[in-house]
Amino acid sequence: MSVVWTDTVKEIAGIKLHLSRAGSGPTVLVLHHDIGTVDRLPFYDALAAKFDVVIPHHPGWGKSERPQWMRHPRDIAAVHAWLLADLGVSGVSLVGLGFGGWIAAEMASLAPVTYKKLVLVGAMGIKPPEGDIADQAIVSYIDYPRAGFHDQAAFAAVYGDVTTDQLEAWDIAREMSFRTAWKPYMYSQTLPYLLGGVRTPALVIWGDDDRIVPLSAGQAYARALRDATLTTIPACGHFAEMEKPDAVARLATDFLSRS
Amino acid sequence: MHMMYFTEQPMSAYDAKAGLDYGATALTFSNKYFDPNEGSRLYNEYLEEYILAEECGADGIMLNEHHNAPFCMQARTNMFAAILAAVTKRVKIVILGNPLPLTENPVQLAEELAMIDMISKGRLVSGFVRGGGQEQLANGVNPAFNRERFIEAHDLVQKTWTQPGPFRWEGTHYQQRVVNPWAIPMQKPYPRVWIPGVLSKETVIWTAQQRYPYIALNTSLEATKTIHETYNQAAAEAGYTAGPENFGYLIRVHVQDTEEKAMQNARQFMWMQGEFTGLANPVWANPAGYFSPSGRRGFVEFAVGRATNPRGAPTFEDQVNSTMIIAGTPDQVIERLKYLVEHTRPGIMGIWANDGSVSKEDRRRCIQLLCGEVMPAIKEFGAGLGLKDPWEANAPVHLRYSTDIAGQKVAAE
Repeated sequence: MSVVWTDTVKEIAGIKLHLSRAGSGPTVLVLHHDIGTVDRLPFYDALAAKFDVVIPHHPGWGKSERPQWMRHPRDIAAVHAWLLADLGVSGVSLVGLGFGGWIAAEMASLAPVTYKKLVLVGAMGIKPPEGDIADQAIVSYIDYPRAGFHDQAAFAAVYGDVTTDQLEAWDIAREMSFRTAWKPYMYSQTLPYLLGGVRTPALVIWGDDDRIVPLSAGQAYARALRDATLTTIPACGHFAEMEKPDAVARLATDFLSRS
Repeated sequence: MHMMYFTEQPMSAYDAKAGLDYGATALTFSNKYFDPNEGSRLYNEYLEEYILAEECGADGIMLNEHHNAPFCMQARTNMFAAILAAVTKRVKIVILGNPLPLTENPVQLAEELAMIDMISKGRLVSGFVRGGGQEQLANGVNPAFNRERFIEAHDLVQKTWTQPGPFRWEGTHYQQRVVNPWAIPMQKPYPRVWIPGVLSKETVIWTAQQRYPYIALNTSLEATKTIHETYNQAAAEAGYTAGPENFGYLIRVHVQDTEEKAMQNARQFMWMQGEFTGLANPVWANPAGYFSPSGRRGFVEFAVGRATNPRGAPTFEDQVNSTMIIAGTPDQVIERLKYLVEHTRPGIMGIWANDGSVSKEDRRRCIQLLCGEVMPAIKEFGAGLGLKDPWEANAPVHLRYSTDIAGQKVAAE
């Protein structure tokens, strides 16, 4: 079944925000990684088969305009909450991928009863009790995404030979990561204390070979949230939805469909 | 013409093979190879050589700083500036420069520089730089705000030096409750500020807008010409005509009694494999957000190995042939420098004279010949060409102190 995606632009917080939307049913907001996102992915199509899926480009990433003032993922969380209000949707579930997982966690902590379900995949945002979040600042544009795949064939399947356009998009994404999450790098020192208020049931998914965000961060999320389950995917890296789209889609769809 | 002696203060006493084997000699090359006993020896030798340069006739000592790399031992340029303020008598102490974005407290920097100016009895030239990409990473400073921090820190230092405190500063990157340091510069309106650089067009334009001299760091003759054109245009837009007092040039020169020995030692300018700042991953030198967005596409291709270094990788011989490196006897060097001076017309000249593992004896001989014979000849030649330095030209310290611009508001005395 082919999914028909519609791309639109919304004016939010003084910038033009790009978003893709497809499917019908309960609304699911998908929040992409620090490296941005390609336009279409099998994982996105799988979600759109059951849900009304909204995938914005974070402000400053991809086709969304850069807000010069933006300084923290919490600012991005507020922009996406504003987007949902403008779309007039309610009972929304959040699917946060890596860096997008941090943003989803910020959204949930600021609105503890608002969201229906929360899915975090290899989420940044918490200082891992063991190990560190990999620093993209000291590795090249291709080496960083590669480090997020357990199997390099999976990287090649998504990115191929990597176009210059893609390299440029990664540089812009990296700059936005620095502008919003430079220090401390890719985590909040306050978020862990605020997650306890979240009533939204959460599923925490982690690749068992995540070399970007250590699994200990996933365990910390599962402890900090009231109602959370941690699941790992075997032979899978950080970019789990790209490396194991079927497995992540199955886990997410089951969890989001459950009443 | 103002002529300065400069050395990167190389930490050459380490196993070069270790760096080559590791594949980098910057940022992450382990400091387990740093021998502090050798460091102590070298710091003291370099200090004695600065004193020798003054004794032999240099107008200025040019200082700088870098981090996490053996090519430069100065981790804090103000430390050597403070020492030289006390142990020298005549030379200008020319810091090129303090990396402004690295500071979290520009007021303290203004304070330190004021102390150096007073201790040296008004001999400080306080240059400022953005700092290379590696310096941002080594110091944990966000490269994406590098230029914003540079400009805001400059404005805060300038205000701290010129406006009586206390005042409050609520900026984008800096907030200070009470700016009121009990240390202000001796030189009025404030110490001269010179801006060194390599290629950034934005910096050249900003420098011209301030009416600060721009010091081109060993750029090719062609690139230097472009820098001058960019500066001249921005100067004209600001309402003044730039002259030699607005331009400086740094060049690698090594002098010995014989050409053979000079050439042999000059090869040490290549000891960092030809890169000024050591071998490094391109993304260390240009972290995302540090570089001008106009160069993004070319840079990402270079960074992943699809394109060659936009700066090129000229050999030693290439650089000698293109007058990027000059080496020889005093007469030979004077001849080449005259050619360079004629073509670049600087009012300020920095001579980067010793690098790598040139012996102590040869370094001292180089300084004697350079400061005692070469510099006087070039100064005389420059005077004949009308190349005045900022003091000779009585140039304003900043655009706002200009007296030759109609309607220019001259700050209160």
